[in-house]
Amino acid sequence: MKIAAILILTLIFLASLAPVSYDQQSRESISSPPSKQFPLGTDDVGRDRLSRLLYGTRISLLLAPCAALVTLLIAATIGITAGFTGGWWETLSMRVTDLFLSLPWLFLFLIIRALLPLNTTPILSLILTFLLMGFLGWAPAARVIRSAVQQFRAADFVLQARACGCPEHRIWIHWLAPRLRGILITQFFLSIPIFILGEASLGILGLGVSEPMPSWGNLLRELTTAPPLTQYWIFAPVALLILVMTSFQLLLPSRE
Amino acid sequence: MTLRLLREAFILLLTLAIGGFLGCLLLRYGPGFDTDERDLDQRYSSATLQALHKARAGEQNVGTFYLNYLKNAAQGDLGVSTSLNQPEGQLIAARAPATIRLISLGLLAGWIPGLLLGFAAAIKPRSPIPLFSELLSGFFLCFPAAVLALMLFLAGGPASIVIAAAIFPRVYRYSRTFLGDSLARPHVLAAAARGIPRSAILLRYVLPPAIAPLSALLGVSITLAFTATIPVEVICDIPGLGQLAWKAALARDLPLLAAMTLIVTGVTLTANTTAGMTK
Repeated sequence: MKIAAILILTLIFLASLAPVSYDQQSRESISSPPSKQFPLGTDDVGRDRLSRLLYGTRISLLLAPCAALVTLLIAATIGITAGFTGGWWETLSMRVTDLFLSLPWLFLFLIIRALLPLNTTPILSLILTFLLMGFLGWAPAARVIRSAVQQFRAADFVLQARACGCPEHRIWIHWLAPRLRGILITQFFLSIPIFILGEASLGILGLGVSEPMPSWGNLLRELTTAPPLTQYWIFAPVALLILVMTSFQLLLPSRE
Repeated sequence: MTLRLLREAFILLLTLAIGGFLGCLLLRYGPGFDTDERDLDQRYSSATLQALHKARAGEQNVGTFYLNYLKNAAQGDLGVSTSLNQPEGQLIAARAPATIRLISLGLLAGWIPGLLLGFAAAIKPRSPIPLFSELLSGFFLCFPAAVLALMLFLAGGPASIVIAAAIFPRVYRYSRTFLGDSLARPHVLAAAARGIPRSAILLRYVLPPAIAPLSALLGVSITLAFTATIPVEVICDIPGLGQLAWKAALARDLPLLAAMTLIVTGVTLTANTTAGMTK
């Protein structure tokens, strides 16, 4: 588990060691195989694949937690208020949650992405992609948080505290919040790999981060041109993605 | 039972109505709603253009627009796709069979090994089966459906494997955990201590309670399978609903996306509600 955490942190900081900038083009070396100068070769416009992979990894690993934070904020707001207040607000918010859960996630993203301009600047497309994922991925977490709040509200220790005349805000601060913290942290860590995979899927479909900004999605998009399997270096993003996802899979059980 | 059925049907219709309304909001406030290419056609006189604007004026109110949309949808008229210039109902009907076949094959290919390995791992926890199955499910969880579709496409494999790969880890982990917990329950241990054969214990005490939660998982699997069909159909060039949704998104064909939202929501909600009714 520690190794997995160290690996993820190392990958984030490794981009600063990239040999060249991710958008620097070398006209003399277009689609070149691995060499001393370009350890993973260059793409069809002469950009260093290693540098792009390192920058892309950093972008995905830094922005997926940001999207997870947005998701967590929305899910916590909806889940806590629905679980705490009950009544019509709970019914309405859970119906909307059901609606979000019933719609395939990628399909929902396609709909919302279609509303927004597709020819945006790379930075804007990067922010839009991760922000939208954050805004659309709250439903499963909201349901879990609402169930937890409902459970805690009906727990014996809360009833006892209320019976003793303990004010509601005090019950929240001293008894409920510390118990919810673990659930919130778990939901946060659960969302990160989902968003990394989501961005990769969207990038392959051409709806993710715009060029020349590298991300795992648009690095993997290169594979859609059906390269020969002998060009094994093109598959480096796939290998790194699996490594990172495995690291998250190892990190998650300890959080759960 | 009838009351519960009615209640579930009402909740389903209410959720679908909210979904439809959100779809209409998307259409109404989406870019290009109030534009008509006939406005730029110089053959139309100002009086004709005014009449056309007047005809469209009713659609400005989102409530009226939604009611009209529902009325037309009930008659099978979902509108016309702006990018493909064809009735949406026809487009969806033509592409649905490919998606249904892909999802059905994927569900079968994901559920059968998932259940079998889950059962085997729960019954024989010290054999190599749990380790092998955990590794396999972990591997599939680490792979985005789009990458797996790419790999299969390059290797010439069947596309339904990608759907199966998205479903297998959930089915395996859930069935293993549920059956493992069921096997450790006091009444099951007591039955084993009394010498009741293992097969009888499984058939009488372990499998029947598992049917309800597993059928709930089946409802969720349909949503998961549809999510995976989008990249699979795009990459493997299968003319299904996933590919249609992708093309509509790239062409900003909002009427088609709204119609598909209504249909997909209806199908997944019905599947989830039906699965939930078995509890």
